[in-house]
Amino acid sequence: MWDYTDKVMDHFLNPRNVGEVENPDGTGDVGNMSCGDALKLTFKIDAEGRIIEAKFKTFGCASAIASSSALTELIIGMTIEEAKNVTNQDIVKILGELPEEKMHCSVMGMEALQAAIADYRGETVEEADDDHEGRIVCHCFGVTDTKIRNVAKANKLKTAAEITNYCKAGGGCGVCLDDIQDILDGVWQEHSAAAEQAADAFAGLSIVQKVIKVQEVIDKEIKPILEQDGGSIELFDVAGNVIKVKLKGRCATCPSALVTLEHTVAEKLREFIAPELTVERV
Amino acid sequence: MNSKKLIYVDNNATTAVDPEVFAAMKPFFCEQYGNPSSIHSFGGSVAAHINKAREQVADLLGITNRNKLGEVTELIFTSCGTESDSAAIYNALQICPKKKKVVMSKVEHPAVLNVGKELERRGYHVEYVPVDKKGRLDMERLGEMVDDNTALVSVMWANNETGNIYPVEKIAEIAHLHGALFHTDAVQAVGKIPINLSESAIDMLSLSGHKLHAPKGVGALYIKRGIRFRPFITGGHQEKGRRGGTENVASIIALGKACELAGKYIGAENSFVRELRDRLEKTIIATMPDIRVNGDIENRLPNTTCISFEYIEGESILMLLDRHGICASSGSACTTGSLEPSHVLRAMGVPYTAAHGAIRFSFSRFNTEDDVDKIIEALPPIIAWLREMSPFWNKDK
Ligand SMILES: Cc1ncc(COP(=O)(O)O)c(C=O)c1O
Repeated sequence: MWDYTDKVMDHFLNPRNVGEVENPDGTGDVGNMSCGDALKLTFKIDAEGRIIEAKFKTFGCASAIASSSALTELIIGMTIEEAKNVTNQDIVKILGELPEEKMHCSVMGMEALQAAIADYRGETVEEADDDHEGRIVCHCFGVTDTKIRNVAKANKLKTAAEITNYCKAGGGCGVCLDDIQDILDGVWQEHSAAAEQAADAFAGLSIVQKVIKVQEVIDKEIKPILEQDGGSIELFDVAGNVIKVKLKGRCATCPSALVTLEHTVAEKLREFIAPELTVERV
Repeated sequence: MNSKKLIYVDNNATTAVDPEVFAAMKPFFCEQYGNPSSIHSFGGSVAAHINKAREQVADLLGITNRNKLGEVTELIFTSCGTESDSAAIYNALQICPKKKKVVMSKVEHPAVLNVGKELERRGYHVEYVPVDKKGRLDMERLGEMVDDNTALVSVMWANNETGNIYPVEKIAEIAHLHGALFHTDAVQAVGKIPINLSESAIDMLSLSGHKLHAPKGVGALYIKRGIRFRPFITGGHQEKGRRGGTENVASIIALGKACELAGKYIGAENSFVRELRDRLEKTIIATMPDIRVNGDIENRLPNTTCISFEYIEGESILMLLDRHGICASSGSACTTGSLEPSHVLRAMGVPYTAAHGAIRFSFSRFNTEDDVDKIIEALPPIIAWLREMSPFWNKDK
């Protein structure tokens, strides 16, 4: 018996937007019967490039249906640019939680969306779809090394077992599990090498260069997120690896300001500049 | 939507303890709690009850051999079907140390199949007999696989997913042609179809209490007279030194009683229970399109049906049935957290369109006509709703 959240059950029992949009502007068809789940997403775009209608048809378990329903709810009203940045984690957030073994259902939702966007833009599927890129690693489920790398990075996965939960690779006969682990080890070795380089580079900058760099990330990556909730942020000072900031607007009074600081501000700065950075609120 | 009454049609997973069985075992918790190995009469008197239970199990299985003291010696009590299976398989390899091969079917329960996988890791040669699309064993291949190096052939009497019944007597004879032992996992067969070991060629047989209205955590292993047995659990002298550990007295008494009742109701299994199963199956086929029944229809347990609802997925069906209080099982991957559908359906080559949507309904004598009515009422809208949502379903086709 799965321990599904009430939200998963709600989306499963009362799925939103079931069906197919008539004359869709974009169609995304992912998965297939042999894999055990499949999702067909169709949407319509209005004159301003916003998704005004989205519908799904899904073959799969309760969490596959719930993930599809959550996906449609999430993307209706988004611009194509916004929709492009939707990840499987955004779907999971709407559902509260998914059992680890079911994470692949949320990944399927993201993939259907990407496929539908590619279709809308007239890109051929091959360009957009990592299912066709790279070398097939898992033959049971037809999963490529490119896809394994992407899923690993997006969800910070370190073990082959996690990869199986998120994209099924390795979940059939299991002969590719060692291969998957090698790919993961490679990904994270590269990642830590790149991080070290980035840290060295940041440490070597002059104070003015540091400020410019941090300001850039704050403006481009952090402000837009905070502004969605009526908040904002200002750079106050940079001292070594410590970035001092002022939280503004609603963020200043928000009881979860600390969470914002750690999750949004620190995470983005670490991602775009160097993993050693710490953030302080002044 | 949530109906209050429980409709339990998952009796191949486990069964309700029969109230008569419960009544029989109850005194052995707080009153007659003595240790049957004790010298004092308070404990020692319990041993007689265990012997009686052994008689009751022997009667159901048609075991007629007795020793000079009139005791059944061909049965040992174990902790479950899984223990019985392991004990049987490892015993065969220990008493035939020169033989390095084991033959089993591809559709065995994991209690046997995974022992096979473990034996491979330990350097044994294990061969798996394939089945056809109805799940019937390829007897020709089986005949080719068994050779003089084969210590054991193990084939289940009845399959837990499809209910298929296998020709165990014939297989035992094939095994014996090459001097191999034959074991059968009869966990699903005992109590559902008549079994008579008095003239049988079967060397070892496993059964489990909780599949026939005894509690979970008790089983038995039959070892034919003349076959040596090395204990799987070494310890005290219990079970004549063949299974260490103080007896699970209450559950053993319960298993005995459950076997007595199973003998009494075996007629009902094959009439009343069979009719319930058949009515459900026929109605489903008649009222819904794209249905397939998996297994060997003419040759299966009277209580089991494994039905595929094509183009939809089993976990969704089960979860919606659950809302109506209906408990069934699925051969679908999603219910277990594994990604591949049931190894049994895959061995049968059931297409993926059908394997993912396979639901097993398994009845018992405690089911009623009303249960069938409720399922027949609840099921069609569920199937139609999920199909409406499925990208593979084309209602106009
Ligand atoms: C065919 C078969 N063999 C073995 C077992 C295992 O029995 P137990 O649960 O008593 O270990 C089962 C039931 O789960 C079964 O169906």
